Amino acid sequence: MTTHATTANHVHGHPALQHHFENMEQQREAGTLGMWIFLVTEIMFFGGMFLAYTLYRGLYPAAFASGSNHLNITLGAVNTGVLILSSFTMAMAVYFTQVGKHRPQVFCLIATLILGLAFLGIKAVEYYDKYEDHLIPGKLIPGNPFDPEVAHHGDTDPHKLHLLENATVEKVEMFYWIYFAMTGMHAFHMIIGAGLLMYLIIFSLRRRFDPEYHSPVEVIGLYWHFVDIVWIFLFPLLYLLGRHVGHG
Amino acid sequence: MKPIESFEVPLPPKVNYINAQYGLKSWLLTKDHKRIALLYLASITFFFFIGGIYALMIRLELLTPQGDFLQSTTYNKVFTQHGIIMIFFFLIPSIPATLGNFLIPMMIGAKDLAFPRINLLSWYIYLLGGVITIYALLAGGVDTGWTFYTPFSTTFSNSYVVATGLGIFVNGFSSILTGLNFIVTIHTMRAPGMTWFRLPLFIWSHYATSMIMILGTPVIAITILLLAFERVARVGIFDPALGGDPVLFQHLFWFYSHPAVYIMILPSMGVISELIANFSRKNIFGYSFVAFSSIAIAVFSFLVWGHHLFVSSQSVYAGMIFSLLSFAVAIPSAIKVFNWTATLYKSSISYDTPMLYALGFIGLFTVGGMTGLFLASLAVDVHLSDTYFIVAHFHYIMVGGALMGYLGGLHYWWPKISGRMYPEGWGRFSALVIFVGFNLTFLPQFVAGYLGMPRRYHAYPPEFQVFNVLSSAGASILGFGMLMPALYFVWSMRYGRHADANPWHLPGLEWRTPSPPPTENFYTTPIVTWDAYEFAPREEIEVVGRFRHEAAEPT
Repeated sequence: MTTHATTANHVHGHPALQHHFENMEQQREAGTLGMWIFLVTEIMFFGGMFLAYTLYRGLYPAAFASGSNHLNITLGAVNTGVLILSSFTMAMAVYFTQVGKHRPQVFCLIATLILGLAFLGIKAVEYYDKYEDHLIPGKLIPGNPFDPEVAHHGDTDPHKLHLLENATVEKVEMFYWIYFAMTGMHAFHMIIGAGLLMYLIIFSLRRRFDPEYHSPVEVIGLYWHFVDIVWIFLFPLLYLLGRHVGHG
Repeated sequence: MKPIESFEVPLPPKVNYINAQYGLKSWLLTKDHKRIALLYLASITFFFFIGGIYALMIRLELLTPQGDFLQSTTYNKVFTQHGIIMIFFFLIPSIPATLGNFLIPMMIGAKDLAFPRINLLSWYIYLLGGVITIYALLAGGVDTGWTFYTPFSTTFSNSYVVATGLGIFVNGFSSILTGLNFIVTIHTMRAPGMTWFRLPLFIWSHYATSMIMILGTPVIAITILLLAFERVARVGIFDPALGGDPVLFQHLFWFYSHPAVYIMILPSMGVISELIANFSRKNIFGYSFVAFSSIAIAVFSFLVWGHHLFVSSQSVYAGMIFSLLSFAVAIPSAIKVFNWTATLYKSSISYDTPMLYALGFIGLFTVGGMTGLFLASLAVDVHLSDTYFIVAHFHYIMVGGALMGYLGGLHYWWPKISGRMYPEGWGRFSALVIFVGFNLTFLPQFVAGYLGMPRRYHAYPPEFQVFNVLSSAGASILGFGMLMPALYFVWSMRYGRHADANPWHLPGLEWRTPSPPPTENFYTTPIVTWDAYEFAPREEIEVVGRFRHEAAEPT
């Protein structure tokens, strides 16, 4: 089947060494650089949404503050903590792989996965609250449009919007649109990350990784940290921006 | 200076990458960059001819001032689909995914790209994007222009905007993965001794192209995604009726789509650098200037998008800055043209088919580039915006530039790719026909545009008819010229003369391995001790002669 040349390097090489690399060092370097470049594309991808956020926050500050006030800051803060903790366990997983400690490595990977799923669970609770309050923008959910009726000015019901002066329902809808676009895209990346972690856990249990071959753990670790960092930007921009405006 | 005798040219191999394995599965599941390049070659040729059919429909309709063949609705779809197919499914992948894919590992002395599986994945993603787009075209087409300007595309258009957008969105990932693969390969896979300044200029230009691919393409991806959400869910981000800002769309769109022009032209410039140096048998004049001008073009390309917004609501001061920066792109472009010309000076030029394309490129690209400066000037642009002048300008860059480079490169490396020579006489003839046909098509459009003929209309005032008849006549010659290479390349795969390892007698690494190469490219990892364009002395070349295999045997 294969016509690859077997050179001297490969006769005694690591079983995970692919045919077109000279040695493990070159293979690891390529993998890491590839992930860094991929993360650059991710920054540009999220960058488009950050640009839209910046533009419309500048145009409609009061509406963005009103929308932001309605977000659940406690759940957001807890989720931030959960993600930072998961970044720590991920970093430890990379470390334990590099030093060849198998059991702590598997433990850290599983802990990272559980924390990631916890984040997604909490996010789902938040999304459901917004759904209940008719705050899903546009006609995304048929039969449950963003409803101006639930958002009268001066409404005291805690589940409804508290519109600040100069804020209109349409502009608050835009805040929620950007909120769902950004956090939704972030959650989508978390789901992919969870899938990658499951792959790592399975192969880790089969003892595929060792100090000489650990680049999958390292590279997926980079991805995981990137997704965390996106949230570190999203949390203050979306949750904290209106705190000083509407809460005296 | 490495004399020509020391070239290590192995005897023609019995087993090469083409006959190493047989069967459909061995092609569809291949991880060999050379086979993937051929898969891409077949697919982009397919899309090129679809785009070409749309082009002929446009030229047919514009023969007469009134709409006889197509009415406005259909005409809108035809020019939109011509643009989308040609840009996203032909020009952007053209040189990188075929020649780049094939040659980058060979030129740097590697066995494959860094991520062979990702390379194959990128072809499948391209195919998926293509299938979705073709579905959209068959289901009813799209009429927004390839620019998808909002709010027409999100609110008013009754065509398949979301499906087409999805096709382009998916296809973008193929471009991203190709760029990523190239950058990592060029960084980590170079053979011993292959330093950065020994790299062929083809590699430098692909490095610059890959930078644009990975920085620009994600932005068009999120833009299309937001556009699709606005259209489907009626949430406002671009539509002013929903509180959005249509100019934001134009900024985001051109932040990718202007650099995308350089995705199309930079690889072609890399090919031309190879052709000019190798067919004048002289070290390229100012190697590092040509190399860094590619990087400079990539950097500048991200700072000029605003010149597409001179007639939108962009501030006039921003317009001035963008105008100045757009002029600045002319500097690295001119560096290339001057250095190519200086390379030709007092060299031994041979006028083989690839060189004819290269010389054509220099002339046509210069015309395209100079008219670009007209459009980068604020006041002149107001007069020329959305006229045929723009259409002529970018066709000089994309057809006269990018496509000429692609065809020149394809001829030049065809012996390496297929192991056969193309028919030289037919090659030269078709190059000439394409050059004449191209100029006849697009030169009159400059005049028509300057006199005020707007683009994107199926009908026009009768005084413009003479230009349109000339243009349509040229288009039929151009179409005929394009058919010729398609036919004789296929013919040569079976009947062409066998090519030896180094038919042009060049120092590059890709010529030091058999034609066609073995699957692993080189039998042993090469060690590079020469510069990219280090030619043997002239007298030795004359003794060696061209195409004589025995002269290339190791002594």
